[in-house]
Amino acid sequence: MTEPASDATSDPAFDPAARDRGGPAQPLLSVTGLVKHFGGRRSWRGETKGAVRAVDGVDFSIAKGETLGVVGESGCGKSTTARLVMQIIAPDAGEIVFDGEALGSRALDLTTYRREVQMVFQDSYASLNPRLTVEDTIAFGPRVHGVGRREATGRAHDLLFKVGLEPARFAGRYPHELSGGQRQRINIARALALQPRLVILDEAVSALDKSVEAQVLNLLLDLKAEFGLTYMFISHDLNVVRFMADRVMVMYLGKVAEVGPSDVILKSPSHPYTAALLASMPSMDPDARTEEAPLFGDPPNPIDPPSGCRFHTRCRFASAICANVEPRLAPVARPHEVACLMAQPGSGHPRAAPLRENAA
Amino acid sequence: MLAFTLRRLIYVTPVAIGVTVVCFLLVHITPGDPLTAILPADATLELQEQMKAAYGFDKPLPVQYGLWFWKVLHGDLGHSIATGRPVATEVLRAVKNTLILATVATLIGFTFGTLFGFVAGYFRDSWLDKLASFVSVLGVSVPHYWLGMVLVIIFSAQLGWLPPTGAGPDGSGDWRPDAAHLRYIILPAVTMSVIPMGVIARTVRALVGDILSQDFVEALRAKGMSEFGVFRHVVTNAAPTALAVMGLQLGYLLGGSILIETVFSWPGSGFLLNAAIFQRDLPLLQGTILILAMFFVMLNLAVDVLQTALDPRIKRG
Amino acid sequence: MAVTTVDSAPAPAVVPAKKLGRGYWAGVLRRLARDPVAVTAAVIILLIVLAAIFAPYVAPADPYKSSMIRRLRPIGTPGFLLGSDELGRDMLSRLIYGGRLSLVMGVLPVFCAFAVGSFLGVAAGYAGGWLNTIIMRTVDVFYAFPSVLLAIALSGTLGAGILNAIVALTVVFVPQVTRVAESVTTQIRNRDYVEAARVSGAGPFTIVRVHVLGNVLGPIFVYSTSLISVSMILASGLSFLGLGSKPPEPEWGLMLNTLRTAIYTQPMVAALPGVMIFVTSISFNLLSDGLRSAMEVKA
Repeated sequence: MTEPASDATSDPAFDPAARDRGGPAQPLLSVTGLVKHFGGRRSWRGETKGAVRAVDGVDFSIAKGETLGVVGESGCGKSTTARLVMQIIAPDAGEIVFDGEALGSRALDLTTYRREVQMVFQDSYASLNPRLTVEDTIAFGPRVHGVGRREATGRAHDLLFKVGLEPARFAGRYPHELSGGQRQRINIARALALQPRLVILDEAVSALDKSVEAQVLNLLLDLKAEFGLTYMFISHDLNVVRFMADRVMVMYLGKVAEVGPSDVILKSPSHPYTAALLASMPSMDPDARTEEAPLFGDPPNPIDPPSGCRFHTRCRFASAICANVEPRLAPVARPHEVACLMAQPGSGHPRAAPLRENAA
Repeated sequence: MLAFTLRRLIYVTPVAIGVTVVCFLLVHITPGDPLTAILPADATLELQEQMKAAYGFDKPLPVQYGLWFWKVLHGDLGHSIATGRPVATEVLRAVKNTLILATVATLIGFTFGTLFGFVAGYFRDSWLDKLASFVSVLGVSVPHYWLGMVLVIIFSAQLGWLPPTGAGPDGSGDWRPDAAHLRYIILPAVTMSVIPMGVIARTVRALVGDILSQDFVEALRAKGMSEFGVFRHVVTNAAPTALAVMGLQLGYLLGGSILIETVFSWPGSGFLLNAAIFQRDLPLLQGTILILAMFFVMLNLAVDVLQTALDPRIKRG
Repeated sequence: MAVTTVDSAPAPAVVPAKKLGRGYWAGVLRRLARDPVAVTAAVIILLIVLAAIFAPYVAPADPYKSSMIRRLRPIGTPGFLLGSDELGRDMLSRLIYGGRLSLVMGVLPVFCAFAVGSFLGVAAGYAGGWLNTIIMRTVDVFYAFPSVLLAIALSGTLGAGILNAIVALTVVFVPQVTRVAESVTTQIRNRDYVEAARVSGAGPFTIVRVHVLGNVLGPIFVYSTSLISVSMILASGLSFLGLGSKPPEPEWGLMLNTLRTAIYTQPMVAALPGVMIFVTSISFNLLSDGLRSAMEVKA
């Protein structure tokens, strides 16, 4: 932690540390039963048919100061989850609790919540208003929350400095005058302008060149340390997640497949889907290369997901029971949780008991 | 395809009803009472009340609309105040003349418009393109009523080749497809064709340019297809949109012929409309507008359905 | 990659950055200035507008002063540079004065339609839902009338007069502007930066003011400028039919009408008002085209 650079950041209302309520043990964010279905038609009996079940009952929590990585193939619902947590789209069901306060309660209305939680979008160009200068874009949030023009501009300049862009050179520029990496730095600065405690990074570095990506990732780590931030880091790139995340949540077809500490998940995964994802990563070590195709086929249609375990249509270990019984997310070894029948003793899967002993 | 047609039909119905509402209300936005046009200036108060009741003007507006709409559905558009004849027959007779004129104009416009458009699109950014594009800008910018006057000045007043006004040698009669009447349609049709020509030329130029710049044309050339083969591809790909634009232009001309018909005293719907406005013949005015607008709505529907049928890329099952 | 690293840089000074004319519109204007056709069109429009505004100083004679003995003089007659009309009034003066009414009747409806249509379209596009349905279905109904027919029907029923003609033309153009405004707004509404603004906690009015209007008004404006040419032709057309301005006011469409009797005796003079409509209309069209391509370049 360095000391705040100007008066603007020392305002107690905007000081994240001063806003901590439940102490370090209480999760910063906890989400239960999050559901979002898109489209579909309601039949006369009141059932909804043909809906895309983008997020279909997701529970997770993020501890204060940690980085939760969210991984999965495209269409698995990770971006929808981010947008639901961000309240850009309204969930069909589910509860969001932020630092002990339920969202929508009197203690935590949407406006307050949105100062605490901010988001960085994937497309650095589309997420910047082409008609606003860099400083106006960053100052917009604080202005909305009643900060005066001078002070908001001051904060924008501070943040530009913090994200590695010299204010004197960049404050008056327009998005089209910046490179992709510079634009994403602006997006980060914009998200930080409200001094949030949780930042959702939705594929925030995916569109960048590899060299720029590394710089931005390092910047994110620096900013996290400096401002005491908590990240929800969404990416399809396991290497990047390995670099960033303390814990990893793997999603498949709108559900959580596996969640746990990143060194555990990314070294010895318990869910066959996670294993397949890891195996499909290009390896630098020729001896470690796999010969078999780890993951075959495309993900099934989320309008009509497979019965039982959603992964059973692509799983090498699938047995008859997988099509019938839906596995619940259950602990293998706390805090490592897996939704797979093989990991659950007595589930009826032929490989259930021995696999667990091997893993342990 | 049938499902698509039905869906379009269902979509068009509220629009068509909306059109009848607007036509109905047109009469009611006229300054003063709609009756003042019918009644003699010295009519007694009693007579006024009687007439009001007779025409149903004493009832609330929605009821009046319902009664009027019911009659319209049965083909009764009321009677012209000036001539006393049924509005429907008057309008349909005039619309026929306008339809002939507009069709001929659209065909002329389409022929030259596609020609200019193709040349411009094929030789993009050459001087031919610049010239063709300029001609099409002229087409959409020219006040056509003035162009009509200029053509009359040149070909009637100065050269004496073509008759300046009317649809035929027999004065106010309808146009007929024979040699004597043919001379009469040339000037108004050419004048009218300038607008669709400009619009179609612009559309075709953009279409051809787009198609030629697409990858599949490169692929065809790379495969060794002749320029004629490429040309055929361009035509088949540009045709649905070009034809749709042509259909819509026909609709615009039908509704927008009033100025040209006035210049040339062409006995069509626009001429009728002009007369209705200046004689304050409100039933005739209302009927003409209603029929022209309905024609336009149906034409749009037909174009939409046909375009879908013609264009393999649009699949709206 | 030029990413500035500022580990040793001095603390930033809090000075709002100056916008160094690098804004979007500055770029559009710069590109427009390089388009010779558009510049020519703009100069012609400027000349006509200036002549109309300063008509009393520019016109050589009184546009209302008629003379029974000097009727229908040909172009080039001494004292009547462009001839005289059917009542012996100086054509050049009437053409200069005529620009006043013709321009007002042509431009004002588009301006009103731009204001009303932008409001309706942005509201419909941003709000969506039932408001969108009501506005856009109503627009569809007005779209079902060919524009010339609607203009004539409205001004015909409202009665002849300049104000009625302007109202009628405004009604004709509002649905067209609304459609464009709605579709542009719907596109912008789903952009990430609008979502980011929503995430900042901004209300709908703030978002529309700061993030939507700046991005939609440009395209709507350019579309509206393309309507001016049509509007000029239609406005003069209404006067030509006797539905717009009334004699003895100088107005190009009306002049064209009253001079129709002279096509056999003084054809060149009779055609003159139309030339003015034509030149103005084509200049607006070319300027609008130039503006559009100047804006199409990726910002």
